[in-house]
Amino acid sequence: MSLEHISRRGFIKLTGVAAAGLGLSACGGSGSGSSSGSSAAGAIKIGGIGPITGATAIYGNATKFGAQVAVDKVNDSEGKTVFELNWQDDEGDAEKAVNAYNNLMDWGMQILVGTTTTTPCVAVADKTANDRIFQLTPSASSTDVTAGKDNVFQMCFTDPNQGEKSAEYIAKKKLGSKIAIIYNNSDAYSTGIYNGFSKAAPGLGLEIVSTQMFTDDSATDFSVQLNDAKSKGADLVFLPIYYTPASLILQQAKSMGFAPKFVGCDGMDGILTVEGFDTSLAEGLVLLTPFVASADDAETKGFVEAYKKLTGTSEDPNQFAADAYDCVLAIYAALKDSSVNASSSNADICAELLKTFGSGSYVYSGLTGKDMTWGSNGEVSKDPKGVVITNGKYESLD
Amino acid sequence: MDKIRNLSKTTKSNAITYGIVIVAFLVMQGLIAAHAVSHSLIGLLVPICAYICMAISLNLVVGISGELSLGHAGFMSVGAFSGLVAVSFFKGIVGAGPLCLLIAIVIAGVFAAVAGVLIGLPVMRLRGDYLAIVTLAFGEIIKNLLNNLYVGLDDHGLHFSMKSAEALGMQGGKILIEGPKGAVGIPQLSSFLAGFILILFTLFVVLNLINSRTGRAIMAVRDNRIAAESVGINVTKYRLIAFVVSAALAGMAGALYAMNFSSIAPKKFDFNTSILILVFVVLGGMGNIRGGIIAAALLTVLPEQLRFIGDYRMLIYAIVLIVVMIVTNNAKIQSVLGEFKERFRRRGDDKAAQAADAVEGGAKHE
Repeated sequence: MSLEHISRRGFIKLTGVAAAGLGLSACGGSGSGSSSGSSAAGAIKIGGIGPITGATAIYGNATKFGAQVAVDKVNDSEGKTVFELNWQDDEGDAEKAVNAYNNLMDWGMQILVGTTTTTPCVAVADKTANDRIFQLTPSASSTDVTAGKDNVFQMCFTDPNQGEKSAEYIAKKKLGSKIAIIYNNSDAYSTGIYNGFSKAAPGLGLEIVSTQMFTDDSATDFSVQLNDAKSKGADLVFLPIYYTPASLILQQAKSMGFAPKFVGCDGMDGILTVEGFDTSLAEGLVLLTPFVASADDAETKGFVEAYKKLTGTSEDPNQFAADAYDCVLAIYAALKDSSVNASSSNADICAELLKTFGSGSYVYSGLTGKDMTWGSNGEVSKDPKGVVITNGKYESLD
Repeated sequence: MDKIRNLSKTTKSNAITYGIVIVAFLVMQGLIAAHAVSHSLIGLLVPICAYICMAISLNLVVGISGELSLGHAGFMSVGAFSGLVAVSFFKGIVGAGPLCLLIAIVIAGVFAAVAGVLIGLPVMRLRGDYLAIVTLAFGEIIKNLLNNLYVGLDDHGLHFSMKSAEALGMQGGKILIEGPKGAVGIPQLSSFLAGFILILFTLFVVLNLINSRTGRAIMAVRDNRIAAESVGINVTKYRLIAFVVSAALAGMAGALYAMNFSSIAPKKFDFNTSILILVFVVLGGMGNIRGGIIAAALLTVLPEQLRFIGDYRMLIYAIVLIVVMIVTNNAKIQSVLGEFKERFRRRGDDKAAQAADAVEGGAKHE
């Protein structure tokens, strides 16, 4: 008998491994109710795609929870399950995003809120355009996302647009005139803003004295870039980058005694939450963001509270979460008085939403902007809010 | 019947490998026609084909030539982006169809082969860990070069720049590759059939190379470099052949992969992707082409099929990898499997013997 060759101990070891595997898969099945729960009858199925794991997980999780807060709010206010959210992980990767999209199609998705990051969004937008699924992305900001597709809309600024608006804002508020830029040239978001900014700046009387770049792999030492800005006499450093490298730049600028005005974009939102970051370094930092968690209005307060309750942390939601929240509520507002319901096909829902979003006259006011409208190209039109960090808190500049 | 039995062992083994691929393709086609396959699986077919080609080509370097290459995704990205440019260029001449894809894949293979020669010439004089380090660096260098590469196409032809989209000096036209954004608006030419044909082609090249004089020389270098040198084998040359063929095949797989998505960024082809492909090869068994194919297919499907368990899926994926490694290397389990195989074979032999007796008996009666 062949089994005699396995010792008793070896057999136990093997069964142990098998049992552990089974046990884990079982507890996984019960633990993920919110992300892939069973279908509730009569609910419109909203799919979400964004990175929950990987380097950009922070943004994916923010959008996931932001959207969930909005779905819960809608369901509570209606007293029944209007929307059902199924969020799938794409790891910030185009291939995985398409996989996630196909998975959601098997589930029966009718509307897509996503994807969170740009490159996956372009890949998925092509699929939704073919399959006629209405897509509203909270934060994929490249113009390629909406180009040539009538069914894709953005809740965030496009990158070049944000660059232009930043230049306009700096010129209008007279924040500085000799400008140094440090941007991440391995990142589409950062490069996109830089291109928009550098095109608009000369016409607004802003002089760009130093342009320096870095990549994801060299985002630890910024002395070269800062020294260049310092030696060229820059009085304002524009940082169209995410907050993690920005926190290092602020630290290194301080240690070399370089104190210009620093201006960031919406990716800078979150800098006060970086672990181990001395928030006094960010004092005086100006950032343009559509959403401020410390705002006083009732809707923001309610959102921040619900978000903290859902995530179980004391961390304030960032603008990604607010964008996703607005996405769901904008869809809800557009669908509220329409004839479509959960049994409508995704193509019917898409056509209905295109009638509102694509009309040019649909106005929505939410957390990330008052009186937002959408152009027929899918780009949103809203004003950025300028905030300055004083005493470790955001304060409005307007 | 006799003919089949008289075939050499390698021919039989190769026939089984081709057979597995062809049968898998036909079964999938049948299931798709019968609408018995989910969206997710259909969406995975082309990436699986591309990863299988990658695994086969890396197996040539890692398994057959015995070198550790950690930058295989670099060749994939060279192929992907050169293929993209080729598609945009030839689309207007031959139309966006299978012929265009074929041209793109061939050009991708040529570019990746050139990259392979450039890297291989200095690198193939190194051995062991040094090769691993240099290929690792190569993967990163390619990624950073592509992050800075801008390519545009207008009426005057192709424009290249390493600075910015403005520096291309375009007059109208279209920007094909835009630095870190990569390429967008790619025509999706890849299909399951194209992937299947590419796998067969890759298999054909690799299996024939292995069983040729060159292949035996490559394996001789792997097994004992000094002995191989002493019988007059040009070590650098044969290692370079394996490396360049592998690079070219990886480039072709890259073009197939890229043409399946409407956007692709250089970031995709990073160290992690290189390691992913290496995992396919190692789990399938180094030098075992068939194992690599099966591992690539299973490990691409597995994380998608585990989506229902949500956050735990990557954990399960890791556990599966570890279990497979333990199981395949455990002497006890192997002896059990070996015994089953032995018993199966013996039973088969018995039957054959009985059949032979029966035939003999029949002949006597006559």
